[in-house]
Amino acid sequence: MNILVCIKQVPDMEDHFVPNAAGRWFDEIGLVWRMNEYDAFAVEEAVRLKESLGGEARVTALSIGPVRVVETIRKALSMGCDEGVHIDDPMATERDPWQIASMIAGFAAGRGFDLIFTGMQSEDRSSAQVGVLVAERLGIASVTGITAFEWQDGSMTVERELEGGRKCRLGLKAPALLTCQLGLNTPRYPTLPNIMKSKRAALTVLSPESVGLESPKASSENFRPHEPNAAGVILEGDAETLAAQVVSILESRTSVLGPGGVR
Amino acid sequence: MKLLLVGEVLDGAIVPEVAELFGFAARLGAETSMVLTGASGNLPAFEGRLYRADAVHEFDMTYHKRFVLAAIEREQPDAVVFLHSSYGWDLAPRVAFAMQAALISGIVGLDGGGYLVESCNGKMRRTVRPLTGRAVLTIQPGAFAVAPMQGSPEVIDIDAEPDAAVEFLGCIQPERGVDLSRASVIVSAGRGVGSAERVELVRALSEALGGEVGASRPVVDAGWLERARQVGSSGQNVSPALYVACGISGAIQHLAGMKGSGFVLAVNTDRDAPIASVADVLVVADVAEFLPALTAAIQARK
Repeated sequence: MNILVCIKQVPDMEDHFVPNAAGRWFDEIGLVWRMNEYDAFAVEEAVRLKESLGGEARVTALSIGPVRVVETIRKALSMGCDEGVHIDDPMATERDPWQIASMIAGFAAGRGFDLIFTGMQSEDRSSAQVGVLVAERLGIASVTGITAFEWQDGSMTVERELEGGRKCRLGLKAPALLTCQLGLNTPRYPTLPNIMKSKRAALTVLSPESVGLESPKASSENFRPHEPNAAGVILEGDAETLAAQVVSILESRTSVLGPGGVR
Repeated sequence: MKLLLVGEVLDGAIVPEVAELFGFAARLGAETSMVLTGASGNLPAFEGRLYRADAVHEFDMTYHKRFVLAAIEREQPDAVVFLHSSYGWDLAPRVAFAMQAALISGIVGLDGGGYLVESCNGKMRRTVRPLTGRAVLTIQPGAFAVAPMQGSPEVIDIDAEPDAAVEFLGCIQPERGVDLSRASVIVSAGRGVGSAERVELVRALSEALGGEVGASRPVVDAGWLERARQVGSSGQNVSPALYVACGISGAIQHLAGMKGSGFVLAVNTDRDAPIASVADVLVVADVAEFLPALTAAIQARK
């Protein structure tokens, strides 16, 4: 049993983002990096499956990016992945989903992965394209946004989230690619021995060209902040003053406090 | 410009957001056609060609891919447009790969001949342009005003081969029990609340305002509140007179479920948080400090 997990390193979304000089994406100075949240569920699910199979499965964690992504690959190893693959691409953040998928599929082709887990989307680009594009390139079945996964001897049953909290249950056989929705499981905290072990693990480093990087299909420009509500008010200060201001605004702008008191 | 719109059906009925596909086409002044499978009721009213089949083949995405490709083959559109829904985001990359075309996901606006999309969980935006002659697009539900539907399409029956790789085993209906759709005040807890214990601060404010408690997805996933209280495209759509977003950054899926609110008060330590795009008042403060003060101030009015 051969499992691949694709992980992306993204900035903490609480960070303050500033466009880079070309205006195509964010400037990286001062950003704090971590594993894309969706991908943590993918890693956890792959490791749980491996553990349930007792020694006959191996999990490979793959990430694309500059040297800083090694930290995220080691995080996946510390959570229980067996091998790390780093596609060393300093331009990764500006690649479009087509290009990222070309590299992942180029790596996976011919390596006989029975299952590929990815996050449903990245938190920074939110394109939700890469997983399905990889599956289409490899000619394998795929299901997006899974919230449950059960493996039975070469087949699997998954739940897929739809609108309004509705879900559907689907059955399929390996090989397959699954993109993971938030809440699929509870990603583990690595233990200290596993963190130490992951620091010493040797990684496979590959160039983008060696795994078949293709040309982009879309261009990106004018990266900028989402405009705040132009009619909105931003209030700062101590809690008591703020509370008095907000009560006064609610009294004048809404009817929820009612004349003369709370309903 | 010729657009092929991909319709979407739930339980035999066309989903209402399909009218937004026509709204998007109207914004572009495009000639439109539609492809639609599995609709048993009324067909959409518009002037153009409607490629249709009776088959349902729900969740057989390979069938749906072949069906849409069959319509593309006949229609030769400049772009194929989906809703950015669980159907659209799953199907669009399959169609784009078959066409070897650019796919631009989650479009929220038009911008100088390009398409506006959100980045960084909705904090940032950018303009994306296809580099291929034909493109596949998905539009964010709620982003484009609906167009008035009139006319009668020329109906063309087409079909495609089903595929057996993925077996549909049934649907699971959502947990209900809390109806937030009629609440006049909703106070919602987000990840920024910080802990299950602090959800009590949200509950206290909600009680002081005579409202209901809502939640964003991470709070439900963490088990701090029950799933029946989730607001957003994966939960309930709400339109209270007052919506208080406590420690909610405002991911687009959450905003989609609450932007019909009359007045939005947001409490967040991050003044760049995308909730600011819909907030009438953004209080830049820690939920743990501000909420008890606001609850006390409201109670003091009694």
